[in-house]
Amino acid sequence: MASSATHAAPASRRPPAAVSRGLMHPAAKPLLFALCLLPFGWLFYGALTDGLGANPAEYLIRATGDWTLRFLCLTLAVTPLRVLAGLPALARFRRMLGLFMYFYVVLHLVSYAWFDMGFDVSEIARDIAKRPFILVGFAAFLLLTPLAATSFNRAVKALGAKRWQALHKLVYAVAGLAVLHFFWMRAGKNDFAEVAVYAAILAVLLGWRVLQWAKRKRA
Amino acid sequence: MLIKTNDDGFIHPVPGEITPRAAYQNRRELLRFMASGAAGGTLAAWAGRQALAQQVQRPGKLAPLPGTRSAVAGAVTMEKVTDYKDAASYNNFYEFGTDKADPARNAHTLKTTPWTVEVDGLVKKPAKYAIEDLLKLSAQEERIYRLRCVEGWSMVIPWVGYSLARLIEKVEPLGNAKYVEFITQADRATMPGLRASVLDWPYAEGLRLDEAMHPLTLLAFGMYGEVLPNQNGAPVRLVVPWKYGFKSGKSIVRIRFTEQEPRTAWNKAAANEYGFYSNVNPNVDHPRWSQATERRIGEDGLFAKKRKTLMFNGYEAQVGQLYAGMDLKKNY
Repeated sequence: MASSATHAAPASRRPPAAVSRGLMHPAAKPLLFALCLLPFGWLFYGALTDGLGANPAEYLIRATGDWTLRFLCLTLAVTPLRVLAGLPALARFRRMLGLFMYFYVVLHLVSYAWFDMGFDVSEIARDIAKRPFILVGFAAFLLLTPLAATSFNRAVKALGAKRWQALHKLVYAVAGLAVLHFFWMRAGKNDFAEVAVYAAILAVLLGWRVLQWAKRKRA
Repeated sequence: MLIKTNDDGFIHPVPGEITPRAAYQNRRELLRFMASGAAGGTLAAWAGRQALAQQVQRPGKLAPLPGTRSAVAGAVTMEKVTDYKDAASYNNFYEFGTDKADPARNAHTLKTTPWTVEVDGLVKKPAKYAIEDLLKLSAQEERIYRLRCVEGWSMVIPWVGYSLARLIEKVEPLGNAKYVEFITQADRATMPGLRASVLDWPYAEGLRLDEAMHPLTLLAFGMYGEVLPNQNGAPVRLVVPWKYGFKSGKSIVRIRFTEQEPRTAWNKAAANEYGFYSNVNPNVDHPRWSQATERRIGEDGLFAKKRKTLMFNGYEAQVGQLYAGMDLKKNY
């Protein structure tokens, strides 16, 4: 963990103690877990009750992709928020958010393979070769897999904190690939408004890290 | 041969397989007779359902626009008609937004009266038609067409309208007219999608004159026995059933006859992806995805395999000769 002494917010901006206490509450994690499951529950309910519109397959593939991007942003927002808001307690939610990103990307991939490709492996292979945006999305999923696989405490110990951290920096590459995947998917429609929103959020979150890194270099 | 005829067995109705009108009506009357109670309670309920399933139900949302069943070859597919709910809520009409739910949400602002359609260019009798006069120009027919979107989904829609050829005959194209261009409404005040520079507005599409003259090429004013909902291209649109959906312009305001092939909106936006012809062709993939299969909206369940796309969307028997000798890979 970065030393909270150097990064602590000035006293005037320090959040009220109640917020920190709330974040440390034993119910905070189960509550967040339930919140993170809501989109899944809502999609599942929609699929059961024919509530996903005229093209439910497309809806599921898009919605799970959207939620993957949202959880990617949330996960990457934890550290900047923790530092800027002076809320070290936020760190305890990062792993769960990251794993939910993986949960939604798996749903995204399974929806595509199932509803679009009928689990036809040769069709999927042809599609990956034909469509660069599928290839990029698939690459992002592959890069995320070792991160999800080493998310438990014993893995951190086994790898050593340094190596574990280096490995988990792969998430920055995943962010770039995810935006490229979304951009290419929308390229045919020339409609980049939503892509721009995610790209801007991720650029700010990654840009903040670059600034921190530059500051540390200078120091 | 470049035009492959990989017949799937159910693509083309053999004339002998088409139910004669008299037999069809007899059966309908028998069913109605049974449904009226003469054949007893349970059977009547069953027969009533059968009778309903075979005719297009008017949703009762807009003004009625009845059409008599079309006698044009291939104009009435027997496939299950897509739910009106889906056909009127899942639309590509970028003038009202690029999400497929946007048009149904936003198109209420479109003002369809008064409406005029200007027909000009290389014709002997250019004219400006009020929509009321266009509606009366020929008898309204009901045609049940497959609609195949370039994105890989399809619907079956009962349109109401008449062959565009009826209008073309009226204006008498000159000898050097080879193409027809369709310009659609672009009104910033009522169409929020125009604020985004997704396409070069107004939306423009085109056909070769012989394609435009083909009896299947429909000038449509309604669907499901009613006038068109705004999101489906009210008050008048084109429907070219053997081409990808985007070839059929919505809310048309001008039809122009030209000697040169007109530039189309999608061709200007991405020439390598959207050619002038854009005939439905399972053998020619879109540069970024396969066109071999499609998803039938509302009918195939979530877990059903996608269905095979048919050459010329299943209208090969009717339109194949228009492209004899053409390389459809080059003229995509």
